[in-house]
Amino acid sequence: MANLKEVKNRIGSIKSTQQITKAMKMVAAAKLRRAQDSIVQMRPYAQKLGDILQNLTSGAQEEGQSDFSQIRKEENVLLIAISSDKGLCGAFNNNVFKKIKVLLEGKYQQQYQAGNVTVLPIGKKALEFFGKRNFKINTDYGYLLSGLSYEKVDEAGSFIMESFLKGNFDKVEIVYNEFKNVATQFLRVDQFLPILPKERKQEHTNDAGIDYIYQPSKEEIVTSMIPKSLKIQLYSAILESNAAENGARMTAMDKATDNAGELLKELKLTYNRTRQAAITKEILEIVGGAEALGG
Amino acid sequence: MFLEIVTPEKKVFEGEVNVATFPGSDGSFQILNDHAPLISALQSGNIVYKSNAGEQAIGIKGGIVEVLNNRIIVLAEGLAEAS
Repeated sequence: MANLKEVKNRIGSIKSTQQITKAMKMVAAAKLRRAQDSIVQMRPYAQKLGDILQNLTSGAQEEGQSDFSQIRKEENVLLIAISSDKGLCGAFNNNVFKKIKVLLEGKYQQQYQAGNVTVLPIGKKALEFFGKRNFKINTDYGYLLSGLSYEKVDEAGSFIMESFLKGNFDKVEIVYNEFKNVATQFLRVDQFLPILPKERKQEHTNDAGIDYIYQPSKEEIVTSMIPKSLKIQLYSAILESNAAENGARMTAMDKATDNAGELLKELKLTYNRTRQAAITKEILEIVGGAEALGG
Repeated sequence: MFLEIVTPEKKVFEGEVNVATFPGSDGSFQILNDHAPLISALQSGNIVYKSNAGEQAIGIKGGIVEVLNNRIIVLAEGLAEAS
């Protein structure tokens, strides 16, 4: 039979753990709401940017001629791994790492063996994971997520685009978790560069051909807008991942709270049983003693 | 006419205005009602608009403006202090 005191201590510690997981779940829920808000806030911008770009390029072939859609031989590959800053969110980060490993052993095996795959971790967890292992990494943007803002993403985006134009990388892919709902995250691998030609929505082409006045010139506007839309793509991936992270943490903490509850129930049973046994034993002893005296 | 200013992080302004001045990349310009369709790149500077509530200024860090059918949409990259 377990020691009464020991069981009591364990119950106490599990109770406080349960309180912590409960609080963490609530915090994650609040953060999730904020993360979703920022996705909603970003949407009008992204949508309008897309609309204007569409208006600009409808009827013209300019889209295909951008420097960013240049398809080259895939010699140098950059993988952007978006993880979280904090742990305790289930398999969230591990999924990203595993996917990258799969990519390295499959799709990019040749480039990997030649040492031409660079990983750009975003988030502390990815930074730690890839930093410990033998990967070629770029650590410049590992702490992007603390105090996340568009400005920081803008900087990272500019860097990636510049290195693509310089030819340091021939292909850039983003690996991240997409937020589906609180309990589910989808792991996605999106090609960032070169830009994949988009399927044009046919109904959207304006036959009237709005006669815009362009300042400074149409070409310049298009070239200035493409990097913008790329940055938005990166930003939205990071926001998605952020929402997914908090969703994952919420589910993980909810499960942890449940598990703690179950453990508590079992321990309480043991505790009561032990206590009862101790009492019975004591009574028996008293009765035995009284009998010995009276006899 | 209707003016909308959005950044990737939030919608900054939305409402009816009478006059709006933008920091175009080739120089500042003003837009009045029934302006012809226009797309222009913007540099960092102030957007000044006059509505019935008075004149107001918003500082932006570059972006793009589209004017179409009395709807002005500004896609600003970020906000700055109005100066």
